[in-house]
Amino acid sequence: MTETDFLNWVRGTGMQIALTVFLVGMIYRLLENYLIGRKKSLAEPKGDEWRHGLNTVWRRSLLHSNLTTRGYFTLVAGYIFHLAFLITLFFFAQHIEMFKSLLGFGWPALPPLVITVTAVLGIVALIAVLFHRITDPVKRMLSDFQDYLTWFLTFFPLITGFLLITQSSLPYKGLLAVHILSFELLLIAIPFTKLSHMVTLVIARWYNGAIAGYKGVQS
Amino acid sequence: MSVSVERGIQTWIEQMDAPTASFFTTCVHCGMCADACLFYTETNDPKYTPIHKLKPMRRVWQQEFTFWGRLAKRLGLSKPVTAAELEEWEPLVYDSCTLCGRCSMECPVGNDITYMIRKMREGMVAAGYAPEGLKGATSRAIRIGSPMGVKVPALMAQIKAAEAETGLTIPVDQEGVEYLMLLSSAEIMQFSEIIGAVAQIFNEADVSWTISTEAFEATNSGIQIGSSDLAGELVQRIVDAAEKLQVRYVISPECGHAYTALRWEGPNLVGRSYPFKVIHILELLEELRVEGRLRTEGMEEERVTFHDPCQIVRRGGIVEPQRNLLNMVAKDFVETEEHGTMNWCCGGGGGVSANERAEPLRRKAFNRKKHQIENLDIAKLVTACSNCRNMLEEGLENNHLESIEVVGLTEMLAEHLVIDKKEQVAATAQE
Repeated sequence: MTETDFLNWVRGTGMQIALTVFLVGMIYRLLENYLIGRKKSLAEPKGDEWRHGLNTVWRRSLLHSNLTTRGYFTLVAGYIFHLAFLITLFFFAQHIEMFKSLLGFGWPALPPLVITVTAVLGIVALIAVLFHRITDPVKRMLSDFQDYLTWFLTFFPLITGFLLITQSSLPYKGLLAVHILSFELLLIAIPFTKLSHMVTLVIARWYNGAIAGYKGVQS
Repeated sequence: MSVSVERGIQTWIEQMDAPTASFFTTCVHCGMCADACLFYTETNDPKYTPIHKLKPMRRVWQQEFTFWGRLAKRLGLSKPVTAAELEEWEPLVYDSCTLCGRCSMECPVGNDITYMIRKMREGMVAAGYAPEGLKGATSRAIRIGSPMGVKVPALMAQIKAAEAETGLTIPVDQEGVEYLMLLSSAEIMQFSEIIGAVAQIFNEADVSWTISTEAFEATNSGIQIGSSDLAGELVQRIVDAAEKLQVRYVISPECGHAYTALRWEGPNLVGRSYPFKVIHILELLEELRVEGRLRTEGMEEERVTFHDPCQIVRRGGIVEPQRNLLNMVAKDFVETEEHGTMNWCCGGGGGVSANERAEPLRRKAFNRKKHQIENLDIAKLVTACSNCRNMLEEGLENNHLESIEVVGLTEMLAEHLVIDKKEQVAATAQE
């Protein structure tokens, strides 16, 4: 297989496989959790589950005064990484071309310089959270293989993408193929690892708020 | 795998539900729950991180409820939960968790960790891993009717003493009244002045009420140890007495977990809705205040603060009534820095106070409360849970802060009660 063949494969069949695994896997993961069911409480409710649930989905996104240094670092670095990653993914001109080929429509791109900045911010934030995971005694104790695997799977597309836009001396086709493949690996891993929190976070927050809200507490 | 471990795992499988699976799926191991737990903040030991306390149950979820976990188990690639592991986790689940729920408020991805610890305890006790102190309390509750071994003669002696002190007749086993008042063992044995306080307030407010000799105990060790079967049996006794006396309301007293047990878990434990309503004493007092039936006079001149019992406030939903009531009688009521639903636990909830093994750790954990109180320069610490009251009194004494008086809110209100009817009711009682 030549470099061009490989690039064509990851752009075509590889991407189709990754997207299918991602979508089917995510649906399976959600059903796997949801179908376990939940017993309806027979206690007389004091508050509305839906309202409190939705409120908690929103409120847990906010920084608040009870946060410790660990909390602030985790949330601020987390916000920087997530925003930088999403902006780079959805507003880089070449990415929009890919989405256009898949969805049939596109949207305006951000200037390359802005994308370079967001990619750097994403990379720096990811390195910072890894450093914190290794040095913070609580995070280090909690961390397992999956925590490091998912970090690598997230870092890989960012760093290969950054090299693509900044290092013209590297073999472009090969690096582009590796970059697309790294994104596909990330997509495939999402439903089967804790990366699925990108969707289940909303559900977990809602349950938390609903359980508390039933008792009249805003959590 | 031993039979007992197998039983524990089976219980966790039965306990599993969609919220728990969602919480485990979503956890990103950020460690922020550690900072919400007083056992971590006061020791800096990572093993007290709340989500870590669930590790064995999390593995059972992975092995039984996820695609890759099931596959790995079938191929013999997963690590089974062992007896040694449960033995190691027992102190984490029982000694270093008061089920206070603060971690559930802090988790950025929304995991209700306390909800899961409650389930974790079901499996632990089913496997035979629970502290001796809690086992003893639960056994006494089932055999005698009270975790502290309080029997009817002891209750009656305290009722007689309250009658002598107040000049009121305290209704016992009276059918057809509106309210059935429950008490906690600690109230009966250590803080019995609550009986007279309630009698005086209800007398002035024209509340028709009774105490039952068949179900006077509100506390529920079954909830604390994590046995739904035993917890259900204890709740059923109250339900039976309430139905026999045909009351419209059952009053949960100044006790934290009793409210959780009776109000929120009770109907699910006995498998049906109640034909009566459960009302916390604070909710009832607030109703009486709003209706103008609770009238007080004079104010506490010294500075006071309120300790929010976790199960009543954060896990129970009663946040404002105690503040409105305290403002009726306290001129200088100040809040702790973190209060209401973000208050710090006394360190003895969730059965920790009944667990002798946990005492050294509990004493350390009390430092969090101590720092909260020290900053306020208060003369009185008011609360609405007899277990908290015990823990606070002990903690203050251990920290040379015994000059701060710990008071129950109901009693404080009774001390300021406007008494109009005393003579009339006392005369009726003499007849």
